[in-house]
Amino acid sequence: MQTCSTYSRTVGWTTACGRRAVSAAALIVLLTLCAPVLAQDAPTPGQEAPSLALDAPAEVPAATSDSPVSAVLEAAFFYGFALVVIVSALAICISKNIVRMAVWLFITLGSVAVLYFLLAAYFIATIQLIVYAGGTLVLLIFGVMLTSKSPWARFEIKRGELLAAVVVSVLLAVALIGTLMGTEWPQDQPAEPHAVATLGTELLTTYLAPFEVASVLLLAVMIGAAYLARQEK
Amino acid sequence: MTFIGLNHYLVVAAIVFVAGVFVMMTKRNAIGILIGVELVLNAVNINLVAFGRYHSTGSVDGRILALFVIVLAAAEAAVAVAICTNFYKNLATIDVDRGDAAKG
Repeated sequence: MQTCSTYSRTVGWTTACGRRAVSAAALIVLLTLCAPVLAQDAPTPGQEAPSLALDAPAEVPAATSDSPVSAVLEAAFFYGFALVVIVSALAICISKNIVRMAVWLFITLGSVAVLYFLLAAYFIATIQLIVYAGGTLVLLIFGVMLTSKSPWARFEIKRGELLAAVVVSVLLAVALIGTLMGTEWPQDQPAEPHAVATLGTELLTTYLAPFEVASVLLLAVMIGAAYLARQEK
Repeated sequence: MTFIGLNHYLVVAAIVFVAGVFVMMTKRNAIGILIGVELVLNAVNINLVAFGRYHSTGSVDGRILALFVIVLAAAEAAVAVAICTNFYKNLATIDVDRGDAAKG
């Protein structure tokens, strides 16, 4: 019995390692794909990113680029990475294993960062990669390791609960997407992207008070988390 | 004829949001619930950045709000993981359904 369980656990580890290798390869491909976007859309102060200017209305004189290739490329990147985001988010929903959930979350966060790049929010994308994919996810994985005897532990839920969750989620999705599809936004043309310097200036002038409050919050969280997780004597 | 508009991003964010809500409802592992919260916060962030991008004057407010959301998410994750380790220390499980000691 013991041998059998050890054997199955070993097999589980091997399979999971193989899948993780596949996931890591996928992520490397993902990051490689990012490179042309970064190169293409590198923000230059006073100059628009070329992909944004296609077919801008005539009252925007700065929109000069007429390359349809960049627009097609932007659309291709958007659809590709939106698909990755959606698929990995749904994979988090259906996977039972907490470690696999964490790996799928990693892929989701990376692809969301690419969406930020496409939205010309370069600083946010970088912060997303550093803080979320680099920090929060590592924290979650440490949490998994600290709180389970075996990281492959499963928690099954009742069938009724699952049914209720599916019904609520489908209703919510239909309501949200239906509302979005029926809404006409006042502006559907992207505005000129800001330089990162604008973000910093705004953060230290208009948003100085929330900035300071956030720093105090981080200090409080640091002390609180260390206090909560301390070793009992 | 722009291929990608505001609604495209909002639909992606809506799907991620619903996935996060579903994860929060179906997982009994506390860390799994935390992963659902992260998904929801990411969906909100996509919305904020997209609205900022498609704002008439290209307002920077959406981006700054997204930045604060990321800070709060990191803080929330740190505290939640500390609570989870405490939970595990006291109950020897991470199943949230077992943490009903305060139930009336």
